[in-house]
Amino acid sequence: MATQLEFEHPIIELQSKIQELRQFMQESGMNLNDEVDKLERRLLELKSSVYSTLTPWQRVQVARQPGRPTTLDYIQGLCSEFIELHGDRNFRDDPAIVGGIGLMDGEPVTVIGTQKGRDTKENIHRNFGMAHPEGYRKALRLMKQAEQYHRPVVLFIDTAGAYPGMSAEERGQSEAIARNLREMAGLKTPTISVVAGEGGSGGALGLGVTDRIFVLEYAWYSVIAPESAAAIMWKDSGQAARAAETMRISALDLLELGVADGIIKEPEGGAQKAPAQTIQSVKHQVVSSLAELKQLSIAELLQARYDKYRDMGVYFERSVDKVST
Amino acid sequence: MHRDLFKKRQYATLGQQYAEPVPAINNEIPAKDIPKGLVNKCESCGELLMAKELQKNAHTCPHCGHHFSVDAPTRLSLTLDSDTFEEFDAGISSVDPLGFPGYMDKVHKAQEMSGLAEGIVTGQGKISGFPVVIGVMDARFIMGSMGSAVGEKLTRAIEKAGQLRIPLILFTASGGARMQEGILSLMQMAKTSAALERLQEQGTLFVSVITHPTTGGVSASFASLGDIILAEPGALFGFAGRRVIEQTIRQNLPDDFQTAEFMLKHGMVDKVVHRAQLRDTLTTILRVHGLRGEGSGDTTGI
Repeated sequence: MATQLEFEHPIIELQSKIQELRQFMQESGMNLNDEVDKLERRLLELKSSVYSTLTPWQRVQVARQPGRPTTLDYIQGLCSEFIELHGDRNFRDDPAIVGGIGLMDGEPVTVIGTQKGRDTKENIHRNFGMAHPEGYRKALRLMKQAEQYHRPVVLFIDTAGAYPGMSAEERGQSEAIARNLREMAGLKTPTISVVAGEGGSGGALGLGVTDRIFVLEYAWYSVIAPESAAAIMWKDSGQAARAAETMRISALDLLELGVADGIIKEPEGGAQKAPAQTIQSVKHQVVSSLAELKQLSIAELLQARYDKYRDMGVYFERSVDKVST
Repeated sequence: MHRDLFKKRQYATLGQQYAEPVPAINNEIPAKDIPKGLVNKCESCGELLMAKELQKNAHTCPHCGHHFSVDAPTRLSLTLDSDTFEEFDAGISSVDPLGFPGYMDKVHKAQEMSGLAEGIVTGQGKISGFPVVIGVMDARFIMGSMGSAVGEKLTRAIEKAGQLRIPLILFTASGGARMQEGILSLMQMAKTSAALERLQEQGTLFVSVITHPTTGGVSASFASLGDIILAEPGALFGFAGRRVIEQTIRQNLPDDFQTAEFMLKHGMVDKVVHRAQLRDTLTTILRVHGLRGEGSGDTTGI
């Protein structure tokens, strides 16, 4: 269930006022319709003013709301038939990453994503969507399989980061992510990633080297979580709001910085307010984008993917006289 | 400090631990900055070491084997044949894409202190006559972190190795992706890895040498993608920071956690090599992959 965020309190208050008034009308038989209409209009205005002026930190809070669709919810909405496939064939099955094969509008597709739990019990099972190396290796196995059978790959990213634990280090968290970056760069099939909530650093990137990157309206994607950035910069993780602003981690920032290819609009207040509508918007974007990518030959696709990442970054270059011959 | 000087006298015995002393150090480029002064105290065992003695021992302690950090110019002189280095892209430096408070000051300070334009030096040179493209990260430069400039220099070096079809050797020393350039730093991991994918596809050798410290975004990209991964003894090599992990699992970690030796034991590193033997080890690797060294002449049709 979605919890109430602080900046939503005025909205909730107004909503309950309207509710009370309606109940009063019913009980007393008085006609207060004009009054109710007025308040309803005010509610609409209030909602649109609150949600259209969210700060980066408030957006981070929306992105973390329970009740947002998870990868398995997207899969259910995207695919008419789907079979989840398990395991990295090496160590174990990592429940923090799910993946499998299915049909999307009748077309075969591989879908993979980080998976958060929908309640505490499931979250513990899913390790809060923080994957171990075997999760990234399972993802790679499924991507290679998709390549072999010429299926496009759709990836959903919603993770605070790759799991920072001893077991993960022992099994090569760095190597698993690094390998995914390299192999995804050369995967001979169209790939699309959707940052659906949290895009936490290398753990997100490990599923995110793709032909197209779409970011949900309230999602964030950053080299470091705002709390950690604040802890480093100001020795105070309470300054996360300031860090969120400084780091430029919101959807629009990502578009402007050339990392995201597009923003997928969310229902007012966030995906958790209307999950089914969100899933449909995502599906629409994924389907139309795949149709575009399928026009390209594999060689064109790989070249475009390479060029896209090749161009990322901003630096200064001073011309240097060549000393050598 | 000076009291320590007289406390205990022990002379270093050179060349005792290693059959061969230091292989072919390029003496024409004097090692700068490290070590400072005539006498240094070993950070690990506390022994006093003469600067010359340290230099002769490839900046490692002859008593306990501790590896001192070396800067990029020193590393190049320790690794390459004399007078063979030609630098690439020396004019590339960082800008401030996010308008991050204090970032440019940090960059300028690092430039002044290190004498480098950025946190990596790349170029071309020879190791025992074998031509290589080489990149050396410098941990003094904002912890050796990778922003757009480092990513671009690396990617060009990787592409150059591919064009020339000569082996690529990268020495890593980095705290990871550079926070001050945000998501663009993260994308340098993808950019460098994409370039390495092409190099691998082409079949050009890439050796990564892990030096202290190699963590975060660098560890989780090119550092871990070498066809062969060597590491210096004691070098920190891992994904997440020790403190973060301790907070996560709420227990203390073993002392050797995330060291080169730990990673060797867990299969993430091919070989831990003492700095004094690194050049020889690289030479052997190049020879095995060979035919492109001095004397082979023709570099086409291989």
